[in-house]
Amino acid sequence: MIANFGIVLGEWRELATGFLNTIWLCALSGVLSLVLAVFVSMLLVSRRREARRMAQGVVDVLRAIPFLMLLFIVYYCLPAVNVRLSSWTCGLFALVVYNTAYFAEILRGAWTHLPPEQEEAGRAYGYVGLGLYRRIILPQIVIAASPVLGNQMITLVKNSAFLMVITIPDLTFMANQVQAIYFVPLETMLVAVALYWMICSTIEWTVRRMDRVALVRGHE
Amino acid sequence: MSDPRNPGGLVVEVRGLSKSFGRLRVLRGVNLKIAAGRTLCVLGPSGSGKSTLLRCINFLERPDEGAVFLRGERVGVHCTASGRERAMTDRELARIRTRFGMVFQQFNLWPHLTVLGNVVESPIHVQRRPRGEAVAEAEALLDKIGLSDKRDAYPSRLSGGQRQRVAIARALAMKPEVLLFDEPTSSLDPELVGEVLSVMRDLAREGQTMIVVTHEMGFAREAADEVMFIDEGAVVETAAPERFFGNPETPRVRQFLQRFT
Repeated sequence: MIANFGIVLGEWRELATGFLNTIWLCALSGVLSLVLAVFVSMLLVSRRREARRMAQGVVDVLRAIPFLMLLFIVYYCLPAVNVRLSSWTCGLFALVVYNTAYFAEILRGAWTHLPPEQEEAGRAYGYVGLGLYRRIILPQIVIAASPVLGNQMITLVKNSAFLMVITIPDLTFMANQVQAIYFVPLETMLVAVALYWMICSTIEWTVRRMDRVALVRGHE
Repeated sequence: MSDPRNPGGLVVEVRGLSKSFGRLRVLRGVNLKIAAGRTLCVLGPSGSGKSTLLRCINFLERPDEGAVFLRGERVGVHCTASGRERAMTDRELARIRTRFGMVFQQFNLWPHLTVLGNVVESPIHVQRRPRGEAVAEAEALLDKIGLSDKRDAYPSRLSGGQRQRVAIARALAMKPEVLLFDEPTSSLDPELVGEVLSVMRDLAREGQTMIVVTHEMGFAREAADEVMFIDEGAVVETAAPERFFGNPETPRVRQFLQRFT
């Protein structure tokens, strides 16, 4: 078994490539979907009924689709309507769209729990529209929702493993290659799991720090 | 004070203000005038429409009827040069609201910002004043309310009395033309009421124009230039405090005051 670990570690370049690919895909799609979710969440609470209903409909449908299915739709169906994207773009696009729906719903939920007096104090002090959202509402709902956002981020990391089916060389893809070449599945998967665990505990650690922030800077 | 639109030098004038929530008539034709540097205390039983009156003055609530003027300028209604009138947009309302400083019963400080952050927030981001200038003024205000040492604390770490004093500093930082107080001591523990009232008394003495909705009879008697009594959404009596507390005209006020002596 030790010898098998030796084989796996001998292929560290492959695994490191997969590890880094997973990290940047998740980080980039995490940031992009959070930014998009900020705008979508504004639609979700919009005073205009059509805008609100349409946004809510799209978000609800996206949340009802398994991620793998969405990935297939993007990868196989877009070419049918003559949209040709690289597998990287497809993968990133699917991750971003899928997580935007979740993040937006999380922000909307946190917004409904924000005391209305907070928004009112903002209006009384001259805030309106986007400025009111950006300076007064958004910081408070992000602080309040950070545990849930962190959880969703962990789900994103795990969903990213599906990208191997569209040939993106992420951690799961590379681990699978290593074990297939040398036939050392147990040791390879243990190393891969340890690496996933590292990513997820980093997110967990950040969430716990945010909890302390929320304790001081949250509303009672 | 020679503004032709505003002959009396009035800061706020309210004419015939009415407001209903559904079938409930909360305000019925309220009139109010306040000149620069004066303190007006609004008294009345709970549910008499006092808070709604304040919220209609800066259009946090839109009145159904009547007009509000801030230094002769119509609030909530935009008058074009050609004399045509239209309702103000949200952005125009937001701009005019910065000329009122509002202090809420529940403080409503922004919990994600420090004490200093709360005070400089709107001056920097709404009024677009230079950060250095806004911070220096905020520090002077915190010094004045005796909370310089709490500059970098978050509101959750403060007592109710301290929070309300910060909320007053936040209002003053806007350099408002009038301060609106909505029962500023009603959600405070009794032993914390004094520190807030003492800040407000100083402001009244310094000639800050203030409209104060309150249940604090002592404060109204000492600090007010004029006392207005509202019941069931209508003004019952307006008088100088000596006359209001000493020899009220209406039986309704006499009956109200009896419960406090």
